Amino acid sequence: MSAISPMPNTTNTTTISTAGAPSRRNTELALLAFAVLIPCFAYANVGLAMDGEMPSGLLGYGVGLGLMAGVGHLVVRKFAKYADPLLLPLATLLNGIGLVIIWRLDQSPRLQARKFFTASATNQLMFSALGIALFVAVLIVLKDHRILQRYTYISMVAALILLVAPMFFPAKFGARIWITIPGLGSIQPGEFAKIVLSIFFAGYLMVKRDALALASRRFMGLYLPRGRDLGPILAVWAFSILILVFETDLGTSLLFFGMFVVMLYVATERTSWIVFGLLMSAVGAVAVSTFEHHVQQRVDAWLHPFDAFKDGSSDQIAQALMAFGSGGVFGTGWGQGHSDLIGFAANSDFILATVGEELGLAGVMAILLVYGLIVERGVRTALAARDPFGKLLATGLSGAFAIQVFVVAGGVMGLIPLTGMTMPFMAQGGSSVIANWALIAVLIKISDTARRPAPAPAPSPDAEMTQVVRP
Amino acid sequence: MSELTLTVMRLGFLAVLWLFVIVAVQVIRSDLFGTRVTQRGSRRGAAAAGQAQRAQQQTAPPQQRQQQPGGRRADRGRRGAPTKLVVSEGTLTGTTVALQGQTISLGRAHDSTIVLDDDYASSRHARIYPDRDGQWIVEDLGSTNGTYLDRTRLTTPTPIPLGAPIRIGKTVIELRK
Repeated sequence: MSAISPMPNTTNTTTISTAGAPSRRNTELALLAFAVLIPCFAYANVGLAMDGEMPSGLLGYGVGLGLMAGVGHLVVRKFAKYADPLLLPLATLLNGIGLVIIWRLDQSPRLQARKFFTASATNQLMFSALGIALFVAVLIVLKDHRILQRYTYISMVAALILLVAPMFFPAKFGARIWITIPGLGSIQPGEFAKIVLSIFFAGYLMVKRDALALASRRFMGLYLPRGRDLGPILAVWAFSILILVFETDLGTSLLFFGMFVVMLYVATERTSWIVFGLLMSAVGAVAVSTFEHHVQQRVDAWLHPFDAFKDGSSDQIAQALMAFGSGGVFGTGWGQGHSDLIGFAANSDFILATVGEELGLAGVMAILLVYGLIVERGVRTALAARDPFGKLLATGLSGAFAIQVFVVAGGVMGLIPLTGMTMPFMAQGGSSVIANWALIAVLIKISDTARRPAPAPAPSPDAEMTQVVRP
Repeated sequence: MSELTLTVMRLGFLAVLWLFVIVAVQVIRSDLFGTRVTQRGSRRGAAAAGQAQRAQQQTAPPQQRQQQPGGRRADRGRRGAPTKLVVSEGTLTGTTVALQGQTISLGRAHDSTIVLDDDYASSRHARIYPDRDGQWIVEDLGSTNGTYLDRTRLTTPTPIPLGAPIRIGKTVIELRK
């Protein structure tokens, strides 16, 4: 070490380094541990509040959730090293809290007294494990999200089949969104269609976006597309109207149309598509609700929720609104609310009402923020992705996720008519939790590709030329 | 269970839930400004700087640094460190660029940080970057007419003293606090 330093200004040197390893897997692990502890706390809290003692299932529940999260983390560490560190912990937290709420509602004597009561917490834990299994499978099998681009039109066919199939099965609870397999139970294909369809939209729009963006006339500050370019949006619109008419489900219909409009906007950067989209969905929804009886009922229940007590129809929405109201700002505390008055679907469609009553406004806001963060990470992934297909796919998936949360939360809170969709990760229901884990897996895979540092530049040929050639 | 315990648990749970949200947001925040600035003692700093300097002359300059996402924030509070780059002569006189740990490329190429409108500048003329210890270094990228620090033409990456003029064609640049 020579004493002469070439640095003239060394008295105040500072080291600037990036915080943490670029892969950020340890951050994820720490957050994941936190995300497992919170639901365990909630679980203990429910037991203490309802029975006055620590629940016996706490250890099993904690270990189960911890195992699922641990397996997910290890696979991410191995197969998606540079993935976003937040997606997995956020999803785990929501899934864990959902499980606690379902278990808490299983304990309710009022629900146990109902005719068709079945305890669903164990089932849901099993479905969550299946979801994690699918998550792991997607991470391992899907080497690169760009492979999905090859299946653009195959996924269109698959999505059509998934969406059309429920029409041939009997309606359940007034909506035809289930495929019933005798002996096995029923699945909700719409949840899976959301992923397949975003692959199709991403692949399609990537190819066609220039035509949709450039060929337009300017009128009153808006770029108006040519008539023939309206084809795709009209087709998707017509299709979602058909879903609304034949499956009588506003949620699914809104989800697919909304997803397409979001992706169209992102692909073309033309605000006019959003204006068109909003107009078309408003026209469609109003038109269909005038003649379709089931949709009509939903709209009536939305406009006059408290009429249910007069005419004896289903008082779910009214009870949900009262649950939110009685929760106040800080809620009644775990296990001490009366959201079980909602009765049917208290632990699936209406699960947010239990959060609202027992955790209050503060809790609902926190949960909605967690959903918001998932969407934010999805959009951030889209921004960071280097290929247009990945950008569009990440936008589509997070857009679908956001719309679904909006549609369900809005429905339960009385902002829009109630639909038959479920709160991602929280609500009871196998298809939903499994499909959403797959969705998160695809997002993680895209973010892994997007955040992976660029490979080191190839050694320049000049360096080799300077070598001395010996005879 | 007493009323008090339940109330404490109820509020405690909400606090923990919000803590999680805040921690998650913090992770995003550090994603945006992913830097950590550590003050070093002068002796060790000098030694490390010398080593880094030598290492840099032997091997290729660190390419990696440019590709890392997010700006690194220099410690504005420390004494003696430049915070901005000022063009003091030439057509771009008055232009300043904040020094935030990023590499600044100079040249006529349109993707340079400072696009020089100077007939004597090459398309990729020089670059200015911080080394591992935060010392700003100027390096000539094989330009036709050369880069001058004070009066000497640069042959190797050289640390820039505060206020020393770097001359590229008719343009003069200096680092200021």
